[in-house]
Amino acid sequence: MNPLNRLNKLFSKLPLHLAIIIMCILWLVPTLGLFVTSFRTRQAVRETGWWTVFSKQTVAGQAEYNTYCASCHGTDGKKIANANLADPTIANQFTRSINLLLDLQKPINNGPHLVDPQLPTNATKAQAILSPILTYMRALSGHVETSGKLTLSNYLDALVGYKGTANYLSDCQQKIPGTLAVFNCISADLLNQAGMGRAFLNTIAVAIPSTIIPILFAALAAYAFAWLDFKGRQWLFALLVGLQIIPLQMVLVPIARLYVSVGLQSSFLGIWLFHTGFGLPYAIYLMRNFIGGLPREIFESVYLDGASHWTAFRTLALPLAMPAIASLGIFQFLWIWNDFLVAKIFLSTKPVLTVQITNLIDPLGGNWNILTGAAFLSFIIPMVVFFAFQKYFARGLLSGSVKG
Amino acid sequence: MVPKIMKQGWLAPLLYLGPALLIMLVFVIYPTVNTVILSFMDRTGTQSAAVDCSSDAPCWGVFENYRYALTTPIMLTALRNNALWLLLMVPGTVAVGLLFALLADRVRYESLAKSIVFMPMAISFIGAGVIWRFMYYIQTGGGAQIGLLNAILVKLGSQPVAFLSDSRFNNFSLMVVGVWLWAGFCMTILSAALKGLPTEVLEAARVDGANEWNLFWSVMFPMVLPTVVVVTTTMVINVLKIFDIVFVMTGGNYGTEVIANRMFQLIVTDTGKSMAIAVLLIILTIPVMIFNVRRFRAEEAMR
Repeated sequence: MNPLNRLNKLFSKLPLHLAIIIMCILWLVPTLGLFVTSFRTRQAVRETGWWTVFSKQTVAGQAEYNTYCASCHGTDGKKIANANLADPTIANQFTRSINLLLDLQKPINNGPHLVDPQLPTNATKAQAILSPILTYMRALSGHVETSGKLTLSNYLDALVGYKGTANYLSDCQQKIPGTLAVFNCISADLLNQAGMGRAFLNTIAVAIPSTIIPILFAALAAYAFAWLDFKGRQWLFALLVGLQIIPLQMVLVPIARLYVSVGLQSSFLGIWLFHTGFGLPYAIYLMRNFIGGLPREIFESVYLDGASHWTAFRTLALPLAMPAIASLGIFQFLWIWNDFLVAKIFLSTKPVLTVQITNLIDPLGGNWNILTGAAFLSFIIPMVVFFAFQKYFARGLLSGSVKG
Repeated sequence: MVPKIMKQGWLAPLLYLGPALLIMLVFVIYPTVNTVILSFMDRTGTQSAAVDCSSDAPCWGVFENYRYALTTPIMLTALRNNALWLLLMVPGTVAVGLLFALLADRVRYESLAKSIVFMPMAISFIGAGVIWRFMYYIQTGGGAQIGLLNAILVKLGSQPVAFLSDSRFNNFSLMVVGVWLWAGFCMTILSAALKGLPTEVLEAARVDGANEWNLFWSVMFPMVLPTVVVVTTTMVINVLKIFDIVFVMTGGNYGTEVIANRMFQLIVTDTGKSMAIAVLLIILTIPVMIFNVRRFRAEEAMR
């Protein structure tokens, strides 16, 4: 193919590529926003959009500062010795832009503080200018990191379950009483009841047994459905297909009541059993379709050789069913890892990741930095599993209807 | 059929099936029956639902909880919203999935592109809720918009929009999250079906001069229709049970209530009503259940 033809082909396919790439961007951007935000400081998240980290690094508030303040105070804020704006104590005096506005309205040297240009008389508009100036003053004094700087502290805050307004590490260093009341400022804080660290361990403790146990029982039952002959086999299996669709909501309350009466509420054993029971119909269905699809001749030949069903199950069906077990295992694992409702109801005193995230949500949106870090922590394991075993995951999807 | 040689007595099936059947009996069948019974009981689940009746209000006696589930304004909103999800979000997701499967099939970076669209399936609905709460975030009272969508609106000169609390848009905002989450699922299954189409038929149609549009509608679509039906039924079930997204993003407030969230909200305070809603939910899924069992039997007959 000559280059001209190739170029021609590329152009004719351009709309196609464009459509695919636009769609991929639409799918990626929301997660990217979460990811970027999880590395930004609280201040930065509140003041600028996460996408600004990709734009040219202009420090927030620099333009406003240069317009209003730089002519007298200098671009570094140090020009007037007794009003050194780079001094952290000055920036700290003004916790909010309204404080700065009130201060600027006071006369200075028998005249108005700001002459050219003047601030808008409307207080809201004036504050909209002063707020970034304050940010810039903080940046000048080096007290608070500038908005371009990225940090890992959100992840630590999420792990320990920090709920203050600064961050866990700096609070510990400065011995802030409110923080010391909740934390010991030692590594044991990583297992704090309200943190994502503890939730991570709880989730692992839920997910691994809840994946293995149903697969074991399902393999046995699937073998029976595929290679044993008994009355009502078809009928029982059709029932199983129907059971797959029973919504979770249908079984929650009776089981919760049962658990209270036998003392299994908020116990790992209780949630393992629940996930086993609820996962079995789909697991048996999928495994039976796979084991039943294995060639009959090999079963006949081992049986002719005198092998028992138990031997045939252990040495033949189980090893050959490994691909199905892998698909099922990944499916069940991800479903349990991401589950919220079951854990919320059956494991209320041992929060898992999803439940802990909802505990961290601030309805006013004041802690996006920690919340995004927490959400990303919960994504790590499923993402690794997903990308490492994508083939099995897709195969699992294709080999059966999806359970409820 | 099981080979003759492998027939056995009654003990073996019992040993292999017993544990699984016992667990399913305790964790699926018993609670389902119990839930139906509780749906006729009062808020504590100890006496008939009729005790909640008062003389000056309409009452359905022992079906009182069902009166709540079928006639109260909040439940009517929930039913309307679930219907909206069914009518808009299900076809939307299937269409997006099918479109992407068709497009990606024609480029060399297909598996990468498909992974990107499929990825949301790996994360929790709660996590997705956080992602989208941040996308939709509105900064009220001064300050820059830090939610991407409102930042774009403001940049274009428009007013910011309260995507999650303005009842004109919020149901659609939530459905967009649903499409984002599930399009990858539809795409994966439909893509496999498209790849399974016999190439000779497609080639023959192309040779006969069919353009891509006609090729899709008159050749490919009819051939993948059974798969489209399977994907649609699965999505119908998912949407009937939609809960986590609504719970984490709006809590069912501002007119975004759905059946499953109402059920969850009442689970502690009013067991009877909550269970009546659960029964309503399963009644709505029964047609799909029957459809699936029929399909299964048809497949079995083909084996």
